[in-house]
Amino acid sequence: MIAVIRFPGSNCDMDMVHALGDVLKRKVKLVWHREFKGGEFDVVVLPGGFTYGDHLRAGIIAAFSPAMKEVREMAKEGKPVLGVCNGFQILTETGMLPGSLLRNDGLNFVCKWIRLKKTGGRSLFARKVEDFVSVPIAHNEGRYFIDEKGLRELEQNDQIVFKYVDAGGNETYESNPNGSLSNIAGICNPEGNVMGMMPHPERACEEILGGKDGLKILEVLK
Amino acid sequence: MKYIAELIIEPKPAAKDPEGETIKRDLMNKNGFAMVESVRSAKLLKITLEAKNENEARAIAEKMTNDLRLANPVAQNYSIVVRPSK
Repeated sequence: MIAVIRFPGSNCDMDMVHALGDVLKRKVKLVWHREFKGGEFDVVVLPGGFTYGDHLRAGIIAAFSPAMKEVREMAKEGKPVLGVCNGFQILTETGMLPGSLLRNDGLNFVCKWIRLKKTGGRSLFARKVEDFVSVPIAHNEGRYFIDEKGLRELEQNDQIVFKYVDAGGNETYESNPNGSLSNIAGICNPEGNVMGMMPHPERACEEILGGKDGLKILEVLK
Repeated sequence: MKYIAELIIEPKPAAKDPEGETIKRDLMNKNGFAMVESVRSAKLLKITLEAKNENEARAIAEKMTNDLRLANPVAQNYSIVVRPSK
């Protein structure tokens, strides 16, 4: 059973439940954060949104919630943990994933389809993903930042899962929508079972929405 | 006694600050203040708290900043100024 946790201010929770439940036919339950118990689930997804109004920093208040203690336990047990957009911000604020997501370089909320290159083989979420996927982004704080030592560790441990690229598959300044360091769009923990990504795979699961590439990322969740 | 702890949270020098850069370039430099060399935007939390003395107020603010990650150690630096509340 997959849990999608709803915090005050989550707003991509129903999209995630729809993609996993209606499209992929997985057993999925939407759970209010106060009622979340990790032991009842095999997988947990932290959806996008604006938890607690993004006050202080996006994700920081949810990071201190009791629900995230449960999520941390699940991660230690090796269960898959996926954070999308605000969920990624929460995972970095808990320290479960390294680095930080800062305000976009252009100071604008960016909402558009982008192209990702799979760069890391370690993440279990990328197993079914081909070299490239097209999915939408929609965020204001998506500029991935980490110090030089941290970046080297991510590279050495094969923890960078997705990078923003252009139509030709090249990491360019133009294809980087938010100024992320090294065009980073998604990373995982060294074990590969915890992944955070700014793009929204759940918004790319049906042709009527513009594409189905997101399914390749979500279909490993069972 | 009541104290005010002003916590200033700012991006580390290595983290680009596009808000500060835009304020400097497009507001200040382009409107008669060409002498401005740098602007770093920051967040200020004005915290009123009860403590025995100024040192204790500072220690509480310091501990709280670290325990609750009020400043993100990856990307932000902070400083704390404590003064008695009137």
